[in-house]
Amino acid sequence: MQTLSLTINGETVESLIDPRTTLQKFLHDTLGLTGTKEGCGSGLCGCCTVMVDGKAVKSCLIFALQVRGKSVQTIEGLAQEDTLDPVQHAFIENGAIQCGYCSAGMIMSSKALLEENPNPSEKEVRHALSGNLCRCTGYHKIVKAVLSVSGQV
Amino acid sequence: MNTFEYVPAKTVKEACGLLCQYGEEAKILGGGQSLVTLMKQDFVSPAYLIDIKGISDLDYIRYDETDGFRIGALTTHRSLEKSAVVKDKYFMLSEMERTLASVPVRNWGTVGGNLAHADPASDLAPTLMALGAEVTLTGPNGERVVSLDDFFIDYFETALRPDEILAEIHVPNSGQGGGIYSKFAQRATDLAVVSVAVNLILDPDNRDLCKGIRIVMGSVGPTPLRSKRGEDLLKGQTLTDTLIEETARVSAEDAQPTTDINGSEEYKREIVDVLVRRTIKEAKARAAAP
Repeated sequence: MQTLSLTINGETVESLIDPRTTLQKFLHDTLGLTGTKEGCGSGLCGCCTVMVDGKAVKSCLIFALQVRGKSVQTIEGLAQEDTLDPVQHAFIENGAIQCGYCSAGMIMSSKALLEENPNPSEKEVRHALSGNLCRCTGYHKIVKAVLSVSGQV
Repeated sequence: MNTFEYVPAKTVKEACGLLCQYGEEAKILGGGQSLVTLMKQDFVSPAYLIDIKGISDLDYIRYDETDGFRIGALTTHRSLEKSAVVKDKYFMLSEMERTLASVPVRNWGTVGGNLAHADPASDLAPTLMALGAEVTLTGPNGERVVSLDDFFIDYFETALRPDEILAEIHVPNSGQGGGIYSKFAQRATDLAVVSVAVNLILDPDNRDLCKGIRIVMGSVGPTPLRSKRGEDLLKGQTLTDTLIEETARVSAEDAQPTTDINGSEEYKREIVDVLVRRTIKEAKARAAAP
């Protein structure tokens, strides 16, 4: 067991963990932040996407110990009290959520894109989301949702 | 996954010392975008995982007019993709990065880790080979510089000794010309089924004359392969369509693809033929552009 200290959604977290624990398992199983799901477990599907120091990463391919001292943002950290993040709101408004399994990852990738590029083109949105698979194949509405908040994040 | 001890290293020297201490029981962890997958599948089970990602000294992109590019091994793919100086001087590197996996993988994965992993389907390796790049390997007794042509030995096997770390990539400035990387994959974020990287240098006085060329084929052999017969056919010659087609044909002959889930050997040779032909033509257009 090794010690891990990091910031998650603005709060300092300290824990004693097995070094094999991936960041996804740590968030989901240890902390109960179940928004960050494991899909393929090999970096292909993007369900586990979170932000580390403001950049989207695949938490299933990172050992939790690798992000010691860093700042992690998960889907649970987006809403401000009772107000949803504009990206979350747009996904609901546009019907961009079907089964919901990919949604947290899709939203985190979208959020990272919009923070870097507040006015992306449709092509840029599709490129930024190419690492996120939707098993319901609801891509069109997801892209539409992201484009609807262009300039608002 | 077997358990391991996680050991973060703060300096290259410390990491080398740890490698000497633990020998073949240790494995270097950069971004881990390949290694973690292998560990999850129990293909690799190191007793000690030496995490070098925190060594900020190895995260840099430097450019010098004479020397070319020096890229620290822990530079992320995303940094290479977004670097203004890379886009300006070696557009093919930035362009290649956009085809490599997805944004989150590029945000965490490192260029040194990609090369040291030595997957023959790497996008980075053939591109750097086309540019004549070399790597600096640092060990307990100092550094040595190895051309990427000699760095890749076999599937997932490199010239790195057990106590060495890939520290830097050097892209010489003499390699600058019309460079382009073409990738054929089933889906946007997949590994290449076949890839081709070409760097073409035209004679400044005769824009149809090939002064120098490197043609590198990815994913069709145990390592990225240079099409040496193809390069010899074109060097010093006027680039006619007939000659480019002949080059593509010999490249397809010299490729060493194997049949797998992505296609048969014959199918992949056909793709090599098409990609080499297209890529040289596009490289010619790019090299001739003002």
